Amino acid sequence: MPDWIVQLLITLLKGVGVALGLLTTFAYMTLIERRLLARMQIRLGPNRVGPMGLLQPLADAIKSIFKEDLTVTLADKLVYTLAPIIAIGCALTAFGGLPAGPPGSLFGADPWVYNLDAGLLALLAIMSMGVYGIFLGGWASGSKYPILGGLRSSAQMISYELGMGLSVLGLLMLVGTTSFHGITHWQANNGWMILFQLTAFVLFLISSFAETNRTPFDLPEAEQEIVAGYLTEYSAIKWALFQMAEYVNMITASAVMATLFFGGYRGPEFLEGLIPGIASWPFIWLFIKIAAFLFLFIWVRATLPRLRYDQLMRFGWKLLLPVALTNTVLTAAIIAFSTGRVRVWLLILLGVAGVALLIGFSDRVRVLWTTPTVRREDVNLTPARPAGGD
Amino acid sequence: MGVLEIAKGMGITLGKLFQKPVTVSYPEQRATLQPRFRGRHVLTRHPGTNLEKCIGCSLCAAACPAYAIYVEAAENDPANPTSPGERYASVYEINMLRCIFCGMCEEACPTGAVVMGNEFEMADYRYGDFVYAKEDMLVGVEGSLPQRREAARKGQPVRLGFKVEGGPRAELEGVTYPQ
Repeated sequence: MPDWIVQLLITLLKGVGVALGLLTTFAYMTLIERRLLARMQIRLGPNRVGPMGLLQPLADAIKSIFKEDLTVTLADKLVYTLAPIIAIGCALTAFGGLPAGPPGSLFGADPWVYNLDAGLLALLAIMSMGVYGIFLGGWASGSKYPILGGLRSSAQMISYELGMGLSVLGLLMLVGTTSFHGITHWQANNGWMILFQLTAFVLFLISSFAETNRTPFDLPEAEQEIVAGYLTEYSAIKWALFQMAEYVNMITASAVMATLFFGGYRGPEFLEGLIPGIASWPFIWLFIKIAAFLFLFIWVRATLPRLRYDQLMRFGWKLLLPVALTNTVLTAAIIAFSTGRVRVWLLILLGVAGVALLIGFSDRVRVLWTTPTVRREDVNLTPARPAGGD
Repeated sequence: MGVLEIAKGMGITLGKLFQKPVTVSYPEQRATLQPRFRGRHVLTRHPGTNLEKCIGCSLCAAACPAYAIYVEAAENDPANPTSPGERYASVYEINMLRCIFCGMCEEACPTGAVVMGNEFEMADYRYGDFVYAKEDMLVGVEGSLPQRREAARKGQPVRLGFKVEGGPRAELEGVTYPQ
């Protein structure tokens, strides 16, 4: 066989493996999430299907596949079917670019599906494409609440995309490459990025919650306001595909945070002294880091209430974006005007100072998103017709 | 400060993660009932003579707001009496689907024969099976109709899915529930 066919087959195999792995993780994430949420609410959670409820995801899958697949009369049939496919397709594609181990560590093959020099940019682009799935799904449902939910989620995701993209700019300036390998190597040599870009990490974390539509930013699914948002008219496997996309996005966001700020697939370097080579063991470190972030996602969901929609938008535009921008500018200044140890200390100082300021002023800045932009006295309350008749 | 408040909340949920869940895994674990919980009726007997307390007066049927009770009285055989009075209930039926478990039958009963017990697991398949006759309610009968049927099918003793703290109340003479 020619070499390129072999390469193609290996890549295909890896792609299928990643997709299957992600979908299995999604299935068990739902179970783990429900169990953990339950335990945090002092309940037991689902424990009936199989030992300790381990077959619950299987039961859910069978149920959602065989359930009646409703299509609303007013729905745009093609787009209505296409939307969940776009959502899950983008979600699955995004994950493939992340390296899970050093080159050649997957039985001689590289543990990633595709490797682009524009890795981070490509990933952000693909993840943003997922918005189309949500928005088109809302629009194609031909119903009121789905379109409201779709509009909300697309507005939200586009707004927080800015905060997310700007928060990693400093990191990219520091590393000088957008490829995930470059970022991981840089961190292996210089230490985890969270040391140098603490503020950026905090901003990225908050944006990730908004990007993946998770609590406290799960506005599209705000049941009290808009039923289930863009999901309202979806049922059976299409609904499950949207759920899958959400969870896969969550896993991808966790993996991106692990790769960008926590050394990627490499373990802590100080462990090298105890067991040589432990830091470059493939998969295990990335898995641990992803699991830690997924736990954080669940933990936050168990704790925080949902933001109001206008608060969410103001929070993104008035706080997240300016802070990310300031962080970028200051990082750029530090990189431009200092070198060596001074630069490192200045960056650490910047990160700590940024987070300290955010915590210290967290009460003061609240007015940014709790005060309405239009005050009541500004609104023209004069009735169109004089009181008492004309 | 705002962020610290969030941290406090996160700490609380994390703490609850390691707390023992309050869930009672009914039916594997027994649910705890209070002694005055009004469940399926029990027809009690006089402790010494073992005669039925019910004298077939139908006052319970008259008091029942849901018309769930049907009583037919008959004369006692003097040689072999069923109850200490002149008459006894030859038929005593309660329709558990009509019963609202208000306990007015118990209040109306002049001899304390019909008493609200604590059993509640009476879910069944057919309407007819919800009409409980005397032999389903007399003291000493453990479990509801479907429970006894299931136990007979499996060849195991009836297992009640609840326990009563401190045991059943005094009116339920001769009744034992798991504690």
